[in-house]
Amino acid sequence: MSHADQPERLHETDISPGDDRPDRSEIAHGLIGYAVGLALAVLLSIVSFFVAGTNLVWQPSIPIALFVLAVAQIGVHLVFFVHITTGPDNTNNVMALAFGVLIVFLVIAGSLWIMSQLNANMALPMNQLMQMQP
Amino acid sequence: MSGAQAGTGVSPADPYRIGHYVGFRQGTAGHAARELASKRVIVGYGFWIFLLSDIVMFSTFFASFGVLSGQTAGGPSGKDLFNLTNVAIETACLLFSSFTCGIASIGARTHDNLMYYGGMAVTFVFGASFLYFEMHEFVDLILQGAGPERSAFLSAFFTVVGCHGLHVTLGLMWLLTMVAQVFSKGYRPDILRRVLCFSLFWHTLDIIWVALFTIVYLMGAGQ
Repeated sequence: MSHADQPERLHETDISPGDDRPDRSEIAHGLIGYAVGLALAVLLSIVSFFVAGTNLVWQPSIPIALFVLAVAQIGVHLVFFVHITTGPDNTNNVMALAFGVLIVFLVIAGSLWIMSQLNANMALPMNQLMQMQP
Repeated sequence: MSGAQAGTGVSPADPYRIGHYVGFRQGTAGHAARELASKRVIVGYGFWIFLLSDIVMFSTFFASFGVLSGQTAGGPSGKDLFNLTNVAIETACLLFSSFTCGIASIGARTHDNLMYYGGMAVTFVFGASFLYFEMHEFVDLILQGAGPERSAFLSAFFTVVGCHGLHVTLGLMWLLTMVAQVFSKGYRPDILRRVLCFSLFWHTLDIIWVALFTIVYLMGAGQ
């Protein structure tokens, strides 16, 4: 489609940019974006499954490596699939995401911390538990 | 650049001034007029807020799984139960379905029937295969006597994985609805906004699955 017929269509249906039909180069651009995202996601998944089952690395480092790989893959999904960008029309989405991440961190880290603390206190001998009470 | 120019200047590269929030402008009638973002951007933002609330809900399930993952009550642990080959197949299904969902959303924007219906069909097949493998795993566990009632660990496991599976089931129903709506109503702007929301939902399910296979399966199998 040409640019010449855009104002007419805009007038008819009040379509905003991004709603109008992309041309061939934009389609190719979109397909390449999804393909790159898929390749990166598959690669990170394979590395995760490999790291989880391997004996080649120091064992206590495996959960940390898995965590880092998962965060990287979630980042890839957000950028290439959900299209979260740093562009000015995306500021609200990024701010909402940051708030969501904060809440998720508070819920998970807070729960694990409190429950492990309670667990540790439960493991104390009875006489020490009695001393802790006022 | 002065405020007046920011409000009225239109550059050729950005004729619609998208993303250039200009705040309040004095209109001719004397009251403030605000430039709004396009409806697509607003709908996407609202649905993104919903998806984040869904992610927060999942975080509570992940937190309870993290707390209870060691409480096997003498029963089997993740290391005894999880079949990582099955999990790898499920992961591949969801990753490729995310890709084909992206192709379908490009097809919707370009009004390309082959890309839209083809992409949606392949997405459905991958999503349904994912559900088949998950159901297979659940039935297998229950037949082994490792159902959700066996231990706190298994209760938390069935809750978090089952809730994700429920989301995938709802997503598949939504997918069929969107195919039917485009088929009967065509590529109307309001229908395309629903397709956008569906694709955001489907990609978010994939994001939750990444957290799920890492925390529940890979870390659980290593314990």
